[in-house]
Amino acid sequence: MTEPVPATPVPPKGVVEAIPTRPPRSQWAEVWQQLKSHKGAMTGAFLFVFIILAVMVGPLIWRVDPQFLPQGRDFINLRDTRPIYTALWDSGAKVNWNHPLGTDNLGRDTLARLLSGGRVSIAVGLTAMVLSIFLGTLIGVVAGYFKRLDGPLMRLTDLFFALPLLPLILVAALLFRESLSASFGPEGGVFILIVALIGVTSWMQTARIVRGDVLALKEREFILAARSVGTSPFKLMVRHLLPNVLSPIMVSATLGIATAIITESALSFLGFGFPPDFPTWGRLLNDSVDRMVLYPERVLWPGILISLTVLSVNYLGDGLRDALDPRIRGR
Amino acid sequence: MLTFTIRRLVLAVPTLLFISLVIFLLLELAPGDPMAQVPLTVPPEVKEKMREALGLGQPWPIRYWKWLVQFFWIEPQVLIDWMFGTTFSANDLRVISWQTRSPVMDIVIQRMPQTLWVVGTAYLVGILIALPIGIYSAYRQYSWFDNAGTFVTMVGFSVPPFFSGVLVIVIFSVQLGWFPSIYDTTHRVTDWDSFVVQLQQMIMPVMVLALQITSQMSRFMRASMLDNLNQDYVRTARAKGLRERTVVLVHVLRNSMIPVITVIAIGIPSIFGGAIITEQVFKVNGIGQLLITAIEANDLPMVQTLTFIFAVLIVLFNLIADVLYGILDPRIRYD
Repeated sequence: MTEPVPATPVPPKGVVEAIPTRPPRSQWAEVWQQLKSHKGAMTGAFLFVFIILAVMVGPLIWRVDPQFLPQGRDFINLRDTRPIYTALWDSGAKVNWNHPLGTDNLGRDTLARLLSGGRVSIAVGLTAMVLSIFLGTLIGVVAGYFKRLDGPLMRLTDLFFALPLLPLILVAALLFRESLSASFGPEGGVFILIVALIGVTSWMQTARIVRGDVLALKEREFILAARSVGTSPFKLMVRHLLPNVLSPIMVSATLGIATAIITESALSFLGFGFPPDFPTWGRLLNDSVDRMVLYPERVLWPGILISLTVLSVNYLGDGLRDALDPRIRGR
Repeated sequence: MLTFTIRRLVLAVPTLLFISLVIFLLLELAPGDPMAQVPLTVPPEVKEKMREALGLGQPWPIRYWKWLVQFFWIEPQVLIDWMFGTTFSANDLRVISWQTRSPVMDIVIQRMPQTLWVVGTAYLVGILIALPIGIYSAYRQYSWFDNAGTFVTMVGFSVPPFFSGVLVIVIFSVQLGWFPSIYDTTHRVTDWDSFVVQLQQMIMPVMVLALQITSQMSRFMRASMLDNLNQDYVRTARAKGLRERTVVLVHVLRNSMIPVITVIAIGIPSIFGGAIITEQVFKVNGIGQLLITAIEANDLPMVQTLTFIFAVLIVLFNLIADVLYGILDPRIRYD
């Protein structure tokens, strides 16, 4: 840290210069430094990236069609096979090396279904998070910046907090399914429906945090300076306010992925989510609950994948919160 | 303080009215037809009569107004009648469920005890476990206990109840056979043996719910303790020569409990709302299960009333939490 400072530029007498111990770095380098030292966050980040890669690239490597239904005699032979590891303790188990995680009661390959289900679950989680963060940031910044809109927008936020959200999501999921399915196809319609429902019901926390930060920032000198040179309100918000409220937004974005994935799985589990031939992790879990006595692995794998994804995202968010908090940083 | 409470109570009325209107309008869009189950041989004019008998003939503002009157004026009268044996509501029409053709509130009252027992016990157990864990992990921050506690709470956060519930069913009722996987609501506790059976069937749902509640509460308790442990008054208390136990468990704990108690109060509506998913997993026929079946059967009066009851509870307990905060912390007064 303390390299020998070259003695050539001799300071004039009486002036003691503070010698920087290390070259100056940007704020984000500091954050990255802090995040790297958080073991849980790094493990979570690696795991999350790994899971995303697995569900995105996996179907290209494991090229079995998750919708493929074997016909005739194949159907009898291929249905209800167990994962290959069950042969370790149960030598009579029906296993098939072409299907490492076994097949379901219609002979569809479980591994392929898990991969394509994960694609949908994670896509829903990410899209719903983007929507909820966009809404929350928009409402938060507008409410914090324009005094006249502050009252109505915050009442709206309170109102959304007072709504019983899960029942309303269930009701709405049932109401708009038909019309959306008709116009966007059964899968696309349900995707839009679920993303919209999760996004519209989870922006409130972000809005409150952003509004609070914007209210405090608005009184600072640099905003006054920016306004005095004639910056338009829109430019002011985008260029001066938004970058300064980025850290709470990033934290709620990370945690938002976790809640979105859980809500989607819960909807699918209750039977209000995606159609049965379009598997997501929650749907797979729901479908296999009835036969979990005979085939516990069909419940375990999707459940473990949901929990692992959410756990890794939560750890990442936790570490990010610590890293972005300047009071904790550098400890 | 009193004026604040009264002002908030008065403000809550338009909020609730607006929420009920939002719910009503949302349900108004519902595509289902309550007459869908009626046989095709029934002539259309009879069907129209039946529709009117359900109160469907009028435009929505009138139906909304009727629902408001039934919910806010007639149902309280029924309650008074039931408590004091009077006959205020003798010939009034109550909110009727389309599924069972019986008053919605009667069904809600029937379903309430199961939900309250299971979810309420879980809430209590969760809090009782969470508080000591939170206190100790804050006191020994970054110790192995704290790290283990953080990991367990993270897992509790992340494992959704529809997986943890299924998991404990696989382990404890399928593999080990210790507990029944289905909650039997007709079971009556009469003697010690039936009490043991009741305990056995309650353990798993309570365990699943308590894990979630514990992980939230203990994180909160830990954060709140950490905020207070570095305060100056703690150093003063130590400097006075108070015992460590007194400093932590009296001085710090009492101050840290203020935000925790409000969080506990805010969480209470979720007891009544029932853990919809957990009830579904363990087949507890409580409020949550009632709501799911009502949504599936297109029973709009039931869905409307249940959702609105949840909204009332949320608003009420938010208010209670705010008032409690003011009472417990004299620095915060809303005047």
